[in-house]
Amino acid sequence: MTNSELNRLKDKAFQGFGIFCTLIGLVVLAIFLLNILIDGLGRIDWNFLNNLPSRRAERAGIYTAWIGTLWVLVLSSLIAFPLGISAGIYLEEYGKKNRLASFLEVNISNLAGVPSIIYGLLGLEIFARMMALGGSLLAGSLTLALLVLPIIIVTTRESIKAVPRSIRDASYALGASKWQTTWYQVLPASFGGILTGVILALSRAVGEAAPLIVIGALAYVPFAPSSPMDEFTVLPIQIFNWISRPQAAFATNAAAAIIILLFITFMLNGIAVYLRNKWQKKVKW
Amino acid sequence: MSKKNYKLEAKSLNAYYGNFHALKDINIAMEEKAVTAFIGPSGCGKSTFLRTLNRMNDYIDGFRVEGEILLDNRDIYGKDVRVDELRKEVGMVFQKPNPFPKTIFENVVYGLRIQGIKDKRVLAETAETSLRQTALWDEVKDKLDKSALALSGGQQQRLCIARALAISPSVILMDEPTSALDPISTAKIEELIYELKKDYTIVIVTHNMQQAGRVSDQTAFFYMGELVEFSKTKIMFTSPKHERTQNYITGRFG
Repeated sequence: MTNSELNRLKDKAFQGFGIFCTLIGLVVLAIFLLNILIDGLGRIDWNFLNNLPSRRAERAGIYTAWIGTLWVLVLSSLIAFPLGISAGIYLEEYGKKNRLASFLEVNISNLAGVPSIIYGLLGLEIFARMMALGGSLLAGSLTLALLVLPIIIVTTRESIKAVPRSIRDASYALGASKWQTTWYQVLPASFGGILTGVILALSRAVGEAAPLIVIGALAYVPFAPSSPMDEFTVLPIQIFNWISRPQAAFATNAAAAIIILLFITFMLNGIAVYLRNKWQKKVKW
Repeated sequence: MSKKNYKLEAKSLNAYYGNFHALKDINIAMEEKAVTAFIGPSGCGKSTFLRTLNRMNDYIDGFRVEGEILLDNRDIYGKDVRVDELRKEVGMVFQKPNPFPKTIFENVVYGLRIQGIKDKRVLAETAETSLRQTALWDEVKDKLDKSALALSGGQQQRLCIARALAISPSVILMDEPTSALDPISTAKIEELIYELKKDYTIVIVTHNMQQAGRVSDQTAFFYMGELVEFSKTKIMFTSPKHERTQNYITGRFG
């Protein structure tokens, strides 16, 4: 075998290996999805979405859980969105580039990697106990908002950084203040990226059970919450609860609830992709 | 007070980026309604000096100036000067055309909008006047609501000039305004400069000797942060006082 033949063979071999690596994750995911769909799809109907939890599997529904998830989604975005974007704008546009800034930068990135259960403990101490919010929706949403805040700050900074210097110069040269430049030029140009980051962060928050269990969210809530101070449950907790029951019927329920949860996350991701494409087409330099 | 009233004057101006001494004891006086060209090799400080004239370097960390820059005999680095007011008086056009990713109309009226002007008639009239001044009106009057990014490079640069004119400055700074353009677009911009100097004081940084010769009334030659020579363009290009100026102009270094 000549040298070049050997090289071609190596090339082919790596190609095959690469395809295998790419497929392995996808195949596992596909098998998992298929399993869940077979188990749970038949269980999803109007009653399943509208029924309150019950000790009898066939009468149990996820009404309280998905209402709770929706509440948490809305509340934590209302909290995290303005905080995260403002912090990102400050760090990128206003903050001086000194030691303190790089110290903050490193630590915000670190925060993005802290396990979610640690945030749960933080939420338990500060929101549930010190602020006496208990296991309420507000305490849960604040905790999840903290959890996604670093991600939002980092993506906001990345998106703002991508706006070219020349656009800021043009705005300043026409007499605009820093705030006007940020508001009229930098934010509109980077908003697509920011929004994408925020939505992806939220779709992560939607799947969290651990931090909410730590602050005291309940598995069994007899009524859907109607205010931020009410007790609540969310889909991941409900799923966790059902999975841990011995009866097979509850496993079916769990599979059905997983489908609903996946549907919500896929929707959020879909919106993120749509917005990114739409804004990228609009803004080109 | 000086005998003659100059539009722009620098007195013992020194500028630093951190420890780097970028401008060394610059003294220069520019006449009103005339074109002054700054020439010199890369890194000689001509762009830095241009950007001190509307304080565009303010946002750069570690940048500081000593000495005075007088605009209509008033120190623009004085404590009572507001930067946004100064920039309404001293407009700027950049090296690469940098229109906002907005419509042509919104680009031109941006300066007015940030001043809080909402009157639609005022905005429309200003847009038309400014676009006519830059000979762009006939080319774009039917597509004012189209994105400015769809224009050609030369058109974009004229739009940027129109945008600067819209807030009626008295001085226009141009930082190599044609270096990213083709010869035809360059010629149009040079023609435009010739027209504009009837009403405006223009300061232009250029790497193109022929351009400096064509458009400017006075030329300043910078080298290593110093102002080597400053005189009428005709004199500078025919009988420069310094050997270094001559070497640069004739292309022996640069």
